[in-house]
Formats: sequence, structure tokens, C-alpha cells
Amino acid sequence: MSSGEQNPVVPAVRVTDLTVAYGDKTVLWDIDLEIPVGSMVAVVGPNGAGKTTLIKSIQGLVPRVAGVVSIHGKPYEKQRKEVSYVPQRGSVDWDFPTSVVDTVKMGSYGDLGWIRRPGKKEHEKALSALEKVDMLEFAHRQISQLSGGQQQRVFLARALVQSASVYLLDEPFQGVDATTEKAIVRILKELAAGGKTVLAVHHDLNTVSEYYERIAIVNVGLVASGSVDEVFTSKNLMTAYGGKTSFFPERKSSRRAV
Amino acid sequence: MSPHQFDIQLVAIIVAASCAVPGAFLVLRRMSMMTDAISHSILLGIVLAFFLVKDLSSPILIIGAAASGVLAISLIEAVNRSRLVKKDASIGIVFPFLFSVAVILLSKYARNVHIDTHSVLLGEIAFAPFNRLILSGMDLGPKSAYVMGSILLLNLLFISLFYKELKVSTFDESFASSIGFRPRLIHYLLMAVVSFTCVGAFDAVGSILVIALIVIPPCCAYLLTDSLFRMILLSVIFGISAAVSGFWVANWLDVNIAGSMAFVCGVFFLVVFLLAPQRGLFGIMREKRRQRMDFAEASLLVSLYNQERGDAVKDHPDSRGMFRSADFASKVVEFLKQKGEIAVAGGKLFLTEKGRERVRTTVERR
Repeated sequence: MSSGEQNPVVPAVRVTDLTVAYGDKTVLWDIDLEIPVGSMVAVVGPNGAGKTTLIKSIQGLVPRVAGVVSIHGKPYEKQRKEVSYVPQRGSVDWDFPTSVVDTVKMGSYGDLGWIRRPGKKEHEKALSALEKVDMLEFAHRQISQLSGGQQQRVFLARALVQSASVYLLDEPFQGVDATTEKAIVRILKELAAGGKTVLAVHHDLNTVSEYYERIAIVNVGLVASGSVDEVFTSKNLMTAYGGKTSFFPERKSSRRAV
Repeated sequence: MSPHQFDIQLVAIIVAASCAVPGAFLVLRRMSMMTDAISHSILLGIVLAFFLVKDLSSPILIIGAAASGVLAISLIEAVNRSRLVKKDASIGIVFPFLFSVAVILLSKYARNVHIDTHSVLLGEIAFAPFNRLILSGMDLGPKSAYVMGSILLLNLLFISLFYKELKVSTFDESFASSIGFRPRLIHYLLMAVVSFTCVGAFDAVGSILVIALIVIPPCCAYLLTDSLFRMILLSVIFGISAAVSGFWVANWLDVNIAGSMAFVCGVFFLVVFLLAPQRGLFGIMREKRRQRMDFAEASLLVSLYNQERGDAVKDHPDSRGMFRSADFASKVVEFLKQKGEIAVAGGKLFLTEKGRERVRTTVERR
């Protein structure tokens, strides 16, 4: 799985022997994964391959049958504040009675801890995160009035408020418009360039090599992980997707090389 | 108003307010029917605690009741998590079972004790003023006002301390969990609070009205506001208004007070459901009609605009053929004429400058 480069620092995320089961169904089996600091990684795999479960189980949101997760060399439980999570947009009820800026402010709740209320500082932080995702003008809009792309930007802004060093995103491009997709990619790339680590569940195989430098291909087990150039091959994709994909990365990348 | 009537309303107001506060969160969490489960299951706790202390006015009863409420919730979750039955069915399995155990125990061992199932279901708030708190000879008012008052304070304290935790875990449970709050703990705390509320309230108003007061006022409030804080506030206002007007309806018709309060809650909801400005049924219909008209007007204007510039051959210069009925077409034309966006000359339609302006802004916006 190593792509050859020697990384002297501790990986941002290290997953060892991770196994997760729902009832008697094994969803993830014996995953070993290392994500270097400052990389931008796509998690791909067919439906039901356990991509979302991987993101969730890294954070202990679903119980692990076995496995250890460490963030910057320390157990996740001690590093919670280092990890920022962007769940699937569809996982929440957008009719919840609250405004955009209040939703973004939730990103500061973790730092505040129990009982303490967000104040002026948290408000400013939320506004500046909204500015980064180009949603400042919607700050006082009710969240039910947002489009899919705007909802995703709000979620990203909430994650930015957390000032974490590892970003876990579950399908950030699901059902968003092209402008939002570009904006989100730009922000994620900036984060990675600034030494943050980004791990995103990704569906569109066409954009993998454009957006990410590393990839983890999952189908219950880990099929392969490493740099996109080496690991994003039709052989690995066939292993993960069976015959269900007609996507051949080599053809595409060779065309681009010309 | 007699002091007796005043006392009944005082108790009703406190009950309504303490129900509405946690109710807002229950409704948003899609757990309204948990109230049903809790308000019935607490009877088991009351009966068991009574067997233990042999005193109907002991505070142990309240604790027993709250514990059995939480027990009901835990059992429902356990049945749920087994994934062997559907979520709503697990509610329907657990609470009738706990309730029936309580009913059996009552009818077997406590026939001569005054906890009858009828008053559990309907309560008797009319009796509330008779049970008074008397300290060293001083009459301090109805006892249930103090019991419910403490529960109201507890609820307010809980909601104001954990407002942010409740908000984030209600909106996005997995995110709340990822930032270190424990949504399950918050869930059980909320359930305990609801249990306490049901226990305190069921004596006064019975378990059916408790459900009405917990669920309906927040549902009314939800249709009227976009802010969680205002939703809670409005819930309290709706609950209190239903309590007071329910009392007078009962007085006027000479019927059960708790029943009238629940009835008024239902009437409030019906009115809000139909008339809420944006989310009410009529509001939605009006908005749809407005959109349809807006779109029709815009299409006609755009087609005239294209016609003017000579680059639309297919579009008819008048309104015929564009709309599904001639009636609708003449209505659109009439509206646009009134707004001064088109003019009619020689049986043909023309854009005015104002109409052109609207086309430009509409097209630009898209």
C-alpha cells in the first residue's frame, strides 16, 4: 500500500484491523489504512461497500468489533478536537427551526464543551466561515430555504469553525451544483495545502484524479490505498466494483498525458 | 371568578407550561408518540412505589414513576435495536404491556386505593384545589401547583442549561456525537424530564391530556416560526391559552375540564394548520397560485419581448395558444394590463417600458 515516498512524520489517521458489523452482517473487514498529514484522500467503492461506515467508525460513531484508530499518533478518543466531521447532507432534517449562522455556530460547540453558550467570538467565527464558503449573505436565512449546494456549504462552514486538523467528509458532492462542487474542491485543496488532512467519501470516479492525490478503494475489505497514480487502476476498480463499472482510469489519464 | 376556579386555572397553566417546554424537543425529534408510552408506563412505577411506601402522597411515587418512564424508553430502544420489529411497533408493544401489568396489580392488590385507571387516563383537575398545602396552619394553595411548579422549574432549568446540547443533538445526532456530546445521554435526560412532567401532570390532567399538551402546542408553534427559541416560547403560550380557554369551555358546557383543554388544543392546531402565514394549508395554496400566475405572466412577457426583437417566430403575439384555457389567458392579460406592463392596441398586445424592464430583470436573474 505504500506508494514509495518515505513519510517521516506520524500519519494523520492510522486505522488498524478495523472491523465493523451490523447484526450478523460484516460491513468492514480488517481495514488497515494510513493517511499521511496534508494529503487529500478519496474513499471510493460500490454502494454498500462500507464507505460511510468507515468514516463513522473512525470516530467511534458506530461500534467497532475490532480495531484501533489513532489520529496523529494518539487514540481518537483523546484527539476528538482534531477531527472535523461533515456528515451526509441528507442525514439531517433541514426543516429544523434554525438559521444558517446558528447552524454554522454548532461547529464551535465542541470547543465550548458542556453548558457554556456561544457568544460574540463564536458568532464572528461562524460569519468568517460563511464568508469562506461564499454564503455570508445567507447568514440569517432559515436553513429550510437553502438549495442542496448551499446546504453542503453550510455543513462545510460548520466544519471549518471547528479548527480541526483532520476533515472527514461523507459525500460532500452529493447532489450539489457545479459551482458549489468547484468551491468545495477549492476549499478542501486549500486545507490540504495548509497541512490539514482531508478524507472524503467520493462517488464520481471521473473526477478522482482531478480532485485527489490519494485514494482508498474499499469494498468491505480494503482493496487498495495509496497515490491516485499508482492505485487508481482498472484492475483495482474491477476488484472493488466487480463488472459493475465501465470506468477505466488508464485510458483517461493517458489521454490527459498526451 | 371564584378562588376555586382560580386554583384550577393556576394548576392548568403550570401544567401546560411544563409540558410545552420539553414538548418542543420531542416533536422536533419525531418522538411525539414516546409521550404516549411514557404517560402510560409511569402508572407501573406509581403502583410499585405505592406498594413500597403505602402512601399516595409520598415523593417516592414520583421517582418510581419517572423510573418506569425511563424503563419504558429503554425497553423500546432495546426492542428497536434488535431490528426485529419496526420502530413504531416497538412503542406499541412496550407501553401497553407495562400499563397492563400496572392495571393487573392495581385490581388485584389495591382495589381500595384511590388510583383508578379512569382518573389515570382523564385525570380530574377539578379536584386539584381540594388537596392543599398547609404549613403550620397556613393554607398555601393547592398542593399540585407546588408539585407542578417544581417540575416546571426543573424543566426550565434543564432546557436552559442544555439548550445548545439539545439543539445540536436534535438537529444532527452524529455530528453532536463527533464533537464529544453524548446524544444518548441527552436523550435519556430528556426522557427523564418528560417522565417527571407526565407524573406531575397526570394527577391533574390524566395521561391523554398530557399527550395533547406536550405534542400539540409545539406543533402549532412549529408552523409559525423559524427559530427554535421562539418555537419553545410560542409552545408555552399556546399551551397556556389552551389550558385557560379549555377551562372556560368546560365551565360553559359543564363537561370534563381536561377533555375540553385537549379539545381546545386540537382546535388551535386546526386553525394554525389552515391559516399559518407561510406553512399553513391556505398559505401554501396561495403561494402556488401566485407562482403559477407569476410564471404565466413572465412567459407572456418574454414571448412578447422576443417578438419585438424579431427572434421568436413560433410564439404567438397574443395570449392565445400559450395557456391551457382562454379564461386563464385573459386573466393573465388583465393582470398585466393592470400592472401597466402591457398595452393593447388593435387587438394585439404590446410591451410597455415597464414590461420590458421586468423581462430584463427576470431573464437576468435566471
